[in-house]
Amino acid sequence: MTTNVIGTPLPRVDGRAKVTGAARYAADFNQGGQAYAVIVGATVGLGRVTGIETAPVEKMPGVVAVITHRNGPRLPYAPHKSYIDPATGERLHVLQDDQVHFYGQPVAIVVADTLDQAERAAAALHISYTAERPLVDLADPKARPVVPAAGKQPDARLPADTARGNADSALADAPVKVDEIYEIARENHNPMEPHATVAAWNGNRLTLWSKSQFVVNEQAEIAAVFGLPPENIQVICPFIGGAFGTSLRTWPHVTLAAVAARQVGRPVKLVLTRKQMFFMTGHRPRTLQRMALGATADGKLTSIVHEGTGETSRYEEFMEALTSVTSFLYSTPNVQTRYRLLPLDIGTPNHMRGPGEASGVFALECAVDELSYKLGIDPIELRRRNEPAIDEGENKPFSSRSLMKCHDLAAERFGWSRRLPEPRSMRDGRLLVGMGMASASYPAFHAPADARARLLADGTAEIEVAASDMGPGTYTSMTQVAAETLGLPVERVRLSLGRSDYPPAPSHGGSWTMASVGSAIRAACMAVQEEAAKRPQGGRPIEATASAQRDPDVAARFSMHSFGAVFAEVAVDPDVGTIRLRRAVGAYGIGRVVNPRLARSQCIGGMIGGMGMALMERTVLDPRDGRPVNAHMADYLLPVNLDIPQLEAHFVEEIDPHVNALGVKGLGEIALVGMAPAIANAVFHATGKRVRSLPIRIEDVLTV
Amino acid sequence: MKNDERLTDGAVETEEQRGGLSRRSILLTVGGVATLAAVSEVAAQPISERPPSASTGRVRLVVNGRQHELDLDPRRSLLDVLRETLDLTGTKKGCNQGACGACTVLLNGRRIVSCLTLAAMHDGAEIKTIEGLETNGELHPLQAAFVEHDGLQCGFCTPGQIMSGIGCIAEGHAGSPDEIRFWMSGNICRCGAYPGIVAAVADAAKGA
Repeated sequence: MTTNVIGTPLPRVDGRAKVTGAARYAADFNQGGQAYAVIVGATVGLGRVTGIETAPVEKMPGVVAVITHRNGPRLPYAPHKSYIDPATGERLHVLQDDQVHFYGQPVAIVVADTLDQAERAAAALHISYTAERPLVDLADPKARPVVPAAGKQPDARLPADTARGNADSALADAPVKVDEIYEIARENHNPMEPHATVAAWNGNRLTLWSKSQFVVNEQAEIAAVFGLPPENIQVICPFIGGAFGTSLRTWPHVTLAAVAARQVGRPVKLVLTRKQMFFMTGHRPRTLQRMALGATADGKLTSIVHEGTGETSRYEEFMEALTSVTSFLYSTPNVQTRYRLLPLDIGTPNHMRGPGEASGVFALECAVDELSYKLGIDPIELRRRNEPAIDEGENKPFSSRSLMKCHDLAAERFGWSRRLPEPRSMRDGRLLVGMGMASASYPAFHAPADARARLLADGTAEIEVAASDMGPGTYTSMTQVAAETLGLPVERVRLSLGRSDYPPAPSHGGSWTMASVGSAIRAACMAVQEEAAKRPQGGRPIEATASAQRDPDVAARFSMHSFGAVFAEVAVDPDVGTIRLRRAVGAYGIGRVVNPRLARSQCIGGMIGGMGMALMERTVLDPRDGRPVNAHMADYLLPVNLDIPQLEAHFVEEIDPHVNALGVKGLGEIALVGMAPAIANAVFHATGKRVRSLPIRIEDVLTV
Repeated sequence: MKNDERLTDGAVETEEQRGGLSRRSILLTVGGVATLAAVSEVAAQPISERPPSASTGRVRLVVNGRQHELDLDPRRSLLDVLRETLDLTGTKKGCNQGACGACTVLLNGRRIVSCLTLAAMHDGAEIKTIEGLETNGELHPLQAAFVEHDGLQCGFCTPGQIMSGIGCIAEGHAGSPDEIRFWMSGNICRCGAYPGIVAAVADAAKGA
């Protein structure tokens, strides 16, 4: 029996919960008798806490505790690292000493009966410091780059250096060259939901209702911090109000909520302020990249040199795939990539939607666009001339690659043929009109995952897995996978996510949830059917738990990536420099599309995220103390409804028999990758002004 | 439900204090959001420095048709009272600075960001939150339209978007997609569900 529900545009199964306010996010789990905790952050960017005047604050109405490194518990902080934590360095140990490593680092926590009392008491807490001037600027000549230690390992997933051929000499010999520096600002994820944790102890057992993209790792991390067995910790997070990577790691506020709850002997709710989310919970690192291309006069790439540097903290080496795409996106015999880190006095960055790839592809795709003008070759045609037959970096065939199909589809839908090649040649009234395009790519990752399926006597099924749904539609798409595998209507399948005592799932990020968790659910559904076939139901539930992972032999044979193409049209006011995105079309080859309605929404959302990256988003630090000066949702510009033009997302027909049994490659990240360079290239086409620094601002094009 | 203050459901008192600012003139969400946020920060400064007091005042609110009589610290925001005292957690706190719209509710029929207004300013007011939109288990047409047009992803901004959308339609600001985009720009959706939001508001406006 089959219901063929995979591939249908089912509305969200959790839609009703979300439009009625019934969906509960971390801070919605009010507990009886709970107290409220507010974090006090350092107001210096580097230094030492020399005094904390707790006594007056302790006397304030409703205050039940003021916890600092002086009176707080020494925590075991047993070693723990998941793949989501930086491989090199050690996480921040919060309230364990007097050192201040970055502006806003938690230095005290105030707990009171009500939120207002806690906020007022936190504001009144006087702390003195000895302060030094922190180093927070990537471009500061005093900043010294380092080779990331994990990138030097022989089997490194993100090698610091890669090379084939001799890129430097091939570049020197190339008849046509582009050699430029590209910069991308520090960005903050700014999900709508602030980080929040409600912590409640029962003896030595702890329950955390906590915003997390990785509940089983939050469980393991908090167990390590407190020196408890993981089974004593339960993390619950059925809904995530957006995250985009910021909730992959377990940040110190989760520890602080648990510390506070233990100290006051009551459940404690701790919600970060919007401002605190600008320095306490990671960010897309600011990057500087040199991208150099060499080509023949007829547009064949002969060399790519890609040197990228990203900021990190002093205490951890955060690495991302900044230079990874460069080795396989195009065909060329000579490639050199070098990836470096710049340790600064800031909190550790972390993955933000399309981590690494979004930044690296910006530099590569802008450089290829620059090359197209130098050569006088249409940018799509230039890419076609350098389309590789295999992944030349890995020397392996692609499991599937639909890049040129994506370009052809997007170009046709966009109307690329109407574009006049010359920059500054298209106008709409007094506005300068520009059309630009870019390629996109993101790996088709797959991680081992477990899932449990249960058949009930009433003919319904329950599925449980410790995965999350931060908005892409995991509840819906996984329900479709289960329904199709079990041959049940979707109404008879109930899917439960977001509890650390469910079968373990990998982090909800990296575009691998559909592949990893979907495969596990499929396996569990098949296992429970086998179980059911063995014995009569007899009124009792039948249950099976199963695991799924990618076949390592297949993984060794193929290079697995999603590809896409993004086309954008901008209008620039030549007098005042305002840039409006007027329309954009994306086409993606992502394997099988499980739910076209949700996939389209996810792509359009990613394109809007890329629009923010291109034209708006930038967290600015005050060089004197590392304070983010625009830590506010009105000052950190991001796209609002009126900014949004006509956006189209299309999927090319792509059957990938190798990636996994479902044939899915993932969608969340690639939807953002490619948008920023397409817009930057359109701005050049409109104005003739090449802006190599994101976000592109009015003043960048005013000097045209 | 947790209670940190005395709360008497169903109590009715007719006396209303209407002195000072008009409830309706305060902090309408649309337009001038940044200005309002700046004003509120300036205003907040002296409050945090003032010696704290535990004094409370009686405030009556009719929330989703249900009367509440509350003894409240007059400095508490309407949002915190809804979420932390009345346990109506459908209304979300996204920024607490009036810049994101996630906390939008209807106050006497008009949309307002509940983080930027004090509960004590609204004695006797009728407040509608996302929890109060269904009628006999039937979704409000705009709620249904949000599901149909996929005007949401993570769902966190959705209660605010829907309450704002109802206000937008009632104001007569939903006549065209462009008009909707303008008048819904006080509600940020970081997932980027904007096209679906516009389609949902336009759809519901047709039937309104």
